[in-house]
Amino acid sequence: MASASDRPASRHRDGGRAQWHSPAMTRRIRRRYLGDRLFRAAGLAALTAAGLFLLLLVGNIAWQARTGFFQTELRLEVAIPADVAAGETPGSPGFGAAVDAYPWRSVALSALRERFGADSRGDLASLRGLISRGGAAVALRAAVRDDPTLIGRRATLWLPASEPADQWAKDRDAATALSERQVGWLESFAAAGDLKTHFNGRFFATGNSRDPALAGIGGAVIGSFLTLLVTLAVAFPIGVFTAIYLEEFAPQNRITDFIEVNINNLAAVPSIVFGLLGLQVFLNTFGMPRSAPVVGGLTLALMTLPTIIISGRAALKAVPNSIRDAALGLGASRTQVVLHHVLPAAMPGMLTGTIIGMAQALGETAPLLMIGMVAFIVEVPASFTEAATVLPVQIYMWAELPEAAYRAKTAAGISVLLIFLISMNALAVYLRNRFETK
Amino acid sequence: MSFTPASKPFLISALALVAIWAADTAPADAQAREQIRVVGSSTVSPFASAVAEEFGRTSRFRTPIVEQTGTGGGLKLFCGGVGPTYPDVTNASRPIKASEVALCESNGVTDIIEIRIGSDGIVLANDHRGETLTLSLREIYLALAAFVPVDGRMVANPYTRWSEIRSDLPDTEIEVLGPPPTSGTRDAFNELAMGGGAAHVTEPVSLDLGVPATCRPGNTACQEARAAGTLQWVAPNAADDDFADVRAVRFDSLAAVEHRHPSVFEAIAHYIREDGRYVEAGESDNLIVQKLLSNPAAYGIFGYSFLEQNADELQAARVASEDATFVAPTFENIESGAYPISRSLFFYVKKQHVGSVPGIQQYMLEFLSDRQMGTPENFFLDGELPARGLIPITGAARQTMIERAKNLATLERKS
Repeated sequence: MASASDRPASRHRDGGRAQWHSPAMTRRIRRRYLGDRLFRAAGLAALTAAGLFLLLLVGNIAWQARTGFFQTELRLEVAIPADVAAGETPGSPGFGAAVDAYPWRSVALSALRERFGADSRGDLASLRGLISRGGAAVALRAAVRDDPTLIGRRATLWLPASEPADQWAKDRDAATALSERQVGWLESFAAAGDLKTHFNGRFFATGNSRDPALAGIGGAVIGSFLTLLVTLAVAFPIGVFTAIYLEEFAPQNRITDFIEVNINNLAAVPSIVFGLLGLQVFLNTFGMPRSAPVVGGLTLALMTLPTIIISGRAALKAVPNSIRDAALGLGASRTQVVLHHVLPAAMPGMLTGTIIGMAQALGETAPLLMIGMVAFIVEVPASFTEAATVLPVQIYMWAELPEAAYRAKTAAGISVLLIFLISMNALAVYLRNRFETK
Repeated sequence: MSFTPASKPFLISALALVAIWAADTAPADAQAREQIRVVGSSTVSPFASAVAEEFGRTSRFRTPIVEQTGTGGGLKLFCGGVGPTYPDVTNASRPIKASEVALCESNGVTDIIEIRIGSDGIVLANDHRGETLTLSLREIYLALAAFVPVDGRMVANPYTRWSEIRSDLPDTEIEVLGPPPTSGTRDAFNELAMGGGAAHVTEPVSLDLGVPATCRPGNTACQEARAAGTLQWVAPNAADDDFADVRAVRFDSLAAVEHRHPSVFEAIAHYIREDGRYVEAGESDNLIVQKLLSNPAAYGIFGYSFLEQNADELQAARVASEDATFVAPTFENIESGAYPISRSLFFYVKKQHVGSVPGIQQYMLEFLSDRQMGTPENFFLDGELPARGLIPITGAARQTMIERAKNLATLERKS
């Protein structure tokens, strides 16, 4: 209000010329600078808030994940029974099968029993609670397969600790589900140097397991990789060719308008709808295998296509018409114009759009639910048609399990997923820069 | 221009990938499946996945894939047909219904093997130092429901002490720790204890019923009722404008409600009080046990295996289905079904797939083996599944199941 009443007055005094040092003008300028500063401060505050949230998220995940990459093991002297694979020659298929089928869990339990001399039912149950029975069986099986001479001898082996024992070893002050007796036993392990918590390399190599000591993200990483490979192989060429055709060759008429509206619409459709489509088309109509990366990849390709087409068209639109005109003027055919001049210039934008679409696909679970990729899968998939799960699904499944160890696994899984997303986005930036400088 | 060399290989490699993928899929459609596929109940799924994992590690067969679809969803997939795209096994927390058998038959799934694996028992227990409860299901409902019938109207649960429900119950505050709605234990408790108890409420009651006009997101029961235009219960705490056409309907008992409006009955019976007397104690039954030990006046709801493991410190309420005989939750009583808050667990196998998908019969036998089910000397020590909370099938009944798996004996057709 004040400035409105000031203005005519100052103009009057100076015959219409601006009075830069009049008090009214100084006030106005100060106010303008203040507004400017406030605007910048608001922007900075928004950025800081976003940064803090990100830090909070990543910090929280990293804090929870810190134990997820580690596993506690106990050293035990185990008497390997002589009747393992009796009558089989080491190295023969029969030998391997017999070693696999042997009841190793009870072997691990008797080793513990020998060490602490427990006999009553309650004692045995407590002892059993110290080691991961599934994990111990896997470790014993592997040891005997590697070295058949162990059969009938005593061997000192590191066996994975049970979930509560593992939690106790990682944080001895936290509330524990272990009894005082069990804690006493674990302390005796620690005092003898027979307890260690080490980096769990197995986590990156194995699939899911009901036993936290054995559960790994490896199966899901491979599953995600296979799925995304299919998505890329299908969505990228189709998306790029669609974008090129629509942008460079198609006539501008009602039909192309209609197609454009539909593509934009598809980009906004909830992803679960693509899952239902995948179920109906790929599984029910074509009879493709359930839970397979090829079906997951195709479904996600349908979901990613609109993103690739839209970003591809935007990238092609951004190429100046003078380049097309120049090439045409020199006698290039329209295909040559597109392939030799327009497409190379548009490629960085197209790649960025593709990689963003792929990163979206990497984080998707809803459409995969419908086609059976949300399942308990132990084996690491080796081909596009074998049952597989993907990273976000694995994270979701672990998050639902009650054992505390799976909480750390969940966070560890999220860290792996974040690392993948960051690498993909970094790749997008790298590709863009590389192509742009040439 | 300088670009073409870079972009061409890119397109070529993309096309090559398509080719790889095509080569990879083409034979797959023809070849039979090598992995057993299991779907079904989320209650049975932890047991099935444990068995599947061990089966994969110790046998020459591939590890079966276990998908959680719920009992009904699993049977729907299972009954979809015969062939590699349909599951071989489905887990169920109830017996298969006649309508599902008919669906199976109409799709050519004519030979189904039923294997009962045991039961699931839920106990109400407290610290030894506290008072022992003897409860009927009806009293459990009255103690824990959000709304109970009083003088013919549904009112917010007025009971604050156990003795107000039955005079010889302990004169202590009602304080119960139990599982949250996401847990399978809660589902089973709702269905067996709360639902079973509400069905025994014999006094006449008048209910406000209406068709839902708007539904809170996530309230699927309400959404289904709105879509179908069926009547829903207008709880006294529900805003009136959420329902259209509300009217009071008189019923002779809650059992009559169950008979005429199953979804209304479920909404009433499964609605657990939210006034702080029922505390959701997280997904970990272990945590509930620890809280009980620090508070002798509190009672906890959890799976039977935790009672067994903490038998020195905890005592369980004896429960009667009708107000007559109180049954203690012992291994035998749950196994036989005499203890009312228990249910049988099953899995169903498609006989037509045995032979074409390798290992199905061996998987059935692994499930019923001593190392999974435990030996009579000590189930919880020897068996993997009892340690995970299953009350395994025992004795002659288990032998019958093993015979059934060996002979591939199918369900008798009721035609």
